[in-house]
Amino acid sequence: MQINQFLDQFKRSLGVMKKDIRIYYLKGPVVIFGFLMPLFLFLAFFIGSRDLPMDFLISGLISMTVFFTATAVSPVIAPWEAQVQTLERLISAPISITTLIFGDMLASFIFGIIIPILPIALGLAVGVNILQPIILILGIFLAAACFSSFGLILSSPPSNAPSNVMMISSLVRFPLVFLSGIFIPIEKMPYWGKIIASFSPLTYFTDLTRYSINGANYYPIQVDLIVIIFFTILFFFLAAQLHKRTIYKRI
Amino acid sequence: MKHVIQVQNLTKRYGKLTAVDHINFEVEKGEIFGFLGPNGAGKTTTLRMLTGIIQADEGAANILGFNIQKEALKAKQNIGVVPETSNAYVDLSAWQNMMLMSELYGIPRKVAEDRAESLLDRLSLYHRRDDKVKGFSKGMKQRLILCMALVNDPILVFLDEPTSGLDVASRQLIREILQEFPEQGKTIFLTTHNMNEANRLCDRVAIINQGKIAAIDRPEKLKNTVKKLKSIEVSFDRSVNTQSLSEISHIKELKKEGDKFIAYTDNVNGLIHSLTNFAGLNGLKIVTLNTRDPSLEEVFVELTGEA
Repeated sequence: MQINQFLDQFKRSLGVMKKDIRIYYLKGPVVIFGFLMPLFLFLAFFIGSRDLPMDFLISGLISMTVFFTATAVSPVIAPWEAQVQTLERLISAPISITTLIFGDMLASFIFGIIIPILPIALGLAVGVNILQPIILILGIFLAAACFSSFGLILSSPPSNAPSNVMMISSLVRFPLVFLSGIFIPIEKMPYWGKIIASFSPLTYFTDLTRYSINGANYYPIQVDLIVIIFFTILFFFLAAQLHKRTIYKRI
Repeated sequence: MKHVIQVQNLTKRYGKLTAVDHINFEVEKGEIFGFLGPNGAGKTTTLRMLTGIIQADEGAANILGFNIQKEALKAKQNIGVVPETSNAYVDLSAWQNMMLMSELYGIPRKVAEDRAESLLDRLSLYHRRDDKVKGFSKGMKQRLILCMALVNDPILVFLDEPTSGLDVASRQLIREILQEFPEQGKTIFLTTHNMNEANRLCDRVAIINQGKIAAIDRPEKLKNTVKKLKSIEVSFDRSVNTQSLSEISHIKELKKEGDKFIAYTDNVNGLIHSLTNFAGLNGLKIVTLNTRDPSLEEVFVELTGEA
């Protein structure tokens, strides 16, 4: 009975996912925030620091693209829907808050795994080889789920102004990029930097990406995978609990 | 199941304000139940608690036999909700909105398509099914919201001011459809400001004021409870000085409406005699003389103090 209910709610979350994709994702901002912004950061570092090898920078670009794409829209869906009063429509339907959140996560996840094709293609075009494609694909899938859940945590404060949530979201996301070994390899970080980096899921995905492209890794690959899975479960659980508390305050 | 809605001590507070204060009522299957009240009285808050959109601070509401707070998904499966503000997705087409709702209710695709086609056709939207909602008029949006609320073929439909601010055609179409519901075994819980609408549609009405139920009964019975509001409508063949007319015996209050006067009294018979005497003494001919029962609007004003 519970499995049937679970499957039933899962099917309904696909409806939420389709709605999100149609309304929020098939628009310019996802490509702009998800790929173009990381690309500009990549170019800035490429031009400013010519001693960083291309395979290092491309692996960082892939990590950033997954991170920014998966967190591009998910933080603003709830405040936006509350503002235009469509959230009331969703809450009045027979779907749980977890189902609603899961549908939002799925939409982010789909784009989190599609948009990285662009930096991968760019890497291949400039002659970067992918040594471990299976690990890379697995890593992108897990990281997209992890970062999508992270984006939903950012949307949980009961503010109905998307601009406020975007500001909070940017304040959290940008520092993470610089603390997760994307532009400064973890091994070159000071001790305190390594400690901080170890709390960021992006660190482990960047490590996985780097391993997939040039075979170099700081943490054992199993650790990278387990930690990303752990963060995914933790973030989704936290997002669901926080939204259950705050969603009614949005109405 | 005799009662599709059972409300016990339902309460909602926002800080120090008690928006809904320990209200109790029941709604029978097949009824059109009107929930009336002035702005800020607690109508929408009550409807939102009954539909699981917000949570009550105290009390309980059973919807179709399920506690809306504890078994919300089961209760919501067989209800339809038309919120006060149009909240279809404006970036989706009418058809996509219908399909989204059917997916949220777990309705098989084929059944959903058949229902969507029939509902959009019934509410004169089928020809615009592939157009984005952002191009719809308010009336069209509201008709679409009603279609979306009916896609799961609900047993109980909640409507929050469904005809407010609509054009005449949309208002009439929505009213026609609502009047068909009881024949289909559906129950309606309707909040409205429109007393005429409530009077014409509702089997019973509750009047809520400052979060408390001020009265609950059949519209005609409610009118009879306010006996002192009996009135007589009178008009004469020429202009009459309002001051002199208001001084005749048995008049409690006098209002001028166009070329007519509405005289409120607690003694209809005495007032009729006074009016005929007044006409005779002043050489007037009475053109119309009608006794009026209090309107639902007058009952509402009496109970809520709203002018």
